[in-house]
Amino acid sequence: MATRPKPPAVDGARAALLTPALLIVTLGALAPVLVIALYSILTPGDYGGVSWTVSFQNWLNVIAERDFLTDEMTLAAAHLEIFWRSVKLAFLTTLLTFIFGFPAAYFIATRPPHRRDLWLMLIMLPFWTNLLIRIFAVMQLIRNDGIINNLLLSIGAIEAPIQMLYTEFAVLVGMTYLYLPLMVLPIYASMERFDFSLAEAGYDLYAPRLRVLQQVILPAIKPGIIAGSILVFIPSLGDYVVARVLGGGKQLMLGNLIGMQFGELRNWPLGAALSLTLLAIVAVAMVIYVRTAGAEEEPHG
Amino acid sequence: MIEIDNLTKTYGAGPQAYQALRGVTATVRANEFFTLLGPSGCGKTTLLRMIAGFETPTSGKLLLDGQDVSASPPYRRPVNTVFQSYALFPHMTCAENIGFGLKMLGKPKAEITRTVGEMLDLVQMTPMANRRPSQLSGGQQQRIALARALAPKPKVLLLDEPLSALDYKLRKDMQIELKRIQKDTGITFVFVTHDQEEALTMSDRIAIMNAGTIRQIGSPRDIYDQPAERFVADFIGETNFLTVGLLGVAGQTARVALPSGRELDLRAPGELPKGPQVTMAIRPEHLELVAADAGQLSGRLSNIVYFGTDTHFHVDLGEGGALVVRSQNKPDQMPRLTAGEAVGISVLPGTGQVLRD
Ligand SMILES: Nc1ncnc2c1ncn2[C@@H]1O[C@H](COP(=O)(O)OP(=O)(O)OP(=O)(O)O)[C@@H](O)[C@H]1O
Ligand SMILES: [Mg+2]
Repeated sequence: MATRPKPPAVDGARAALLTPALLIVTLGALAPVLVIALYSILTPGDYGGVSWTVSFQNWLNVIAERDFLTDEMTLAAAHLEIFWRSVKLAFLTTLLTFIFGFPAAYFIATRPPHRRDLWLMLIMLPFWTNLLIRIFAVMQLIRNDGIINNLLLSIGAIEAPIQMLYTEFAVLVGMTYLYLPLMVLPIYASMERFDFSLAEAGYDLYAPRLRVLQQVILPAIKPGIIAGSILVFIPSLGDYVVARVLGGGKQLMLGNLIGMQFGELRNWPLGAALSLTLLAIVAVAMVIYVRTAGAEEEPHG
Repeated sequence: MIEIDNLTKTYGAGPQAYQALRGVTATVRANEFFTLLGPSGCGKTTLLRMIAGFETPTSGKLLLDGQDVSASPPYRRPVNTVFQSYALFPHMTCAENIGFGLKMLGKPKAEITRTVGEMLDLVQMTPMANRRPSQLSGGQQQRIALARALAPKPKVLLLDEPLSALDYKLRKDMQIELKRIQKDTGITFVFVTHDQEEALTMSDRIAIMNAGTIRQIGSPRDIYDQPAERFVADFIGETNFLTVGLLGVAGQTARVALPSGRELDLRAPGELPKGPQVTMAIRPEHLELVAADAGQLSGRLSNIVYFGTDTHFHVDLGEGGALVVRSQNKPDQMPRLTAGEAVGISVLPGTGQVLRD
């Protein structure tokens, strides 16, 4: 770890071998972003699409709206509310998946090696089912006539069904359930490499369980936690389906707002501007997160 | 002082259950260098981990300075461990590693800094204080692991084959160093090894273990010169075993009849088996080659193996079995012997003994 080999120089053959990868990156990642960036400074077409007149109005519309009557510009309260809800729910989803995922990963990593695969398979099992089916399953659990409410009613814990479906809570439950494996797997991967004699050394040196967790285990598996958080946070922030189904169109997230611009509202340029805003929020959040999470750690090498 | 009272440990349950310790009883005295020695899988690590608190005994008791600690967790025992893999915390500097135990004990900062300084000094690693473990050599990591375990001034220090990962030269140096540190600090060391030479040179007392039991406890000299049973005699050093007839026992001395018919008085520690035949153990260096008709035994040289400092003569006793005689090589008086020659063997007075099995 003390010395890190220098990256080898790119020579001809290597460049040739890299070409497919570079092509995919260019066509698959860079090009769409450029198209979206271009769209975001054009004017909406009458029936969707864009008309080729440059305008920065869309960017203004991301956070502001013009009052029909007075023609005054005011902050677009609806948009801001959706931004805020998206960031909040994505953050809470990350936190919840960590709270549930960490013990799960710890549990699996401390099983005898030949049993771990079975537990991992159970974690990944839901992936074999279609996304919508999984979301509808959550719906069956939490709707007014669903399993949870019926159960609570039958044991007399509540008098009337609790409204869970079409609330932020529903979206949160759905996303946590959906993205949990994305948190468990990277944490498990770094925990599996963790040398448990380090934890024993911690106990031996007068650190009770929680101190060992905090002082020895967490620092060692931090890369896994960072990876898991990124994997969960990004799709949660841009979520579309969960908010659509479990939020019932009332608890809109950024993804739904963007979807609407390209769909019923036929305002592609605003949709493009919103997409780039989402990208920017993700980028800023990642920078802040990685900076704070890696703060105590000195650079290696 | 550690009192180990009839400890047993069974791993697993049902058909896979394995009894790693089968009733171990021993007392480790304060300030002593106590070594657990035995073949692989005999339960050394298990016993050590039990003293540290990582394993709970299946039955039996463990007393530390008179207090029963069988049920207390590792972080409540004034016992520290030097792990075989060192187990240094990779995200901390050497100094932070050494200070970890003191920090967990809630010692004031100034005291931690001072003790860490002393410990770095003790293991001669002061210049490396701010390095990470990954930037150290194996021997240096070993020293930091030792310093880390010593820093909280435990009553007992446990070391599980701490030198096995080091090369020969470094290992010799660390043996001397460990012994010095043990004397300087006065801390009780319980040391695990399966290297008998290491055990003999370093220990105040050695416990020889086999298959989950302690076979004999004693000073290196006791163990080497007076092994109580065949396993111990065989495990430590080289030993010739000879079946002899038991003529009579008087106190600690037994009179036996050698295969040649000659009679000999041997030490007989402890109880002896009843039968007319017993096993006699004698070290190769306690035998001497003499003229064919002199000495208590006679046979034919079957093999001569030259070792530099000494030579091993394999002697076939015919009906009575075979023996190895070791003699130191002295340039001027090299015996001009060849395989096939008839030789006599004499037993040095006061050596050899009868085993209890
Ligand atoms: N966690 C465990 N589960 C089941 N069996 C175990 C466990 N730990 C040790 N054993 C068994 O107990 C026996 C004693 O093991 P132990 O590690 O104490 O041996 P040791 O004397 O330290 O050997 P070595 O010199 O090879 O380190 C071995 O047969 C081992 O297979
Ligand atoms: Mg061992």
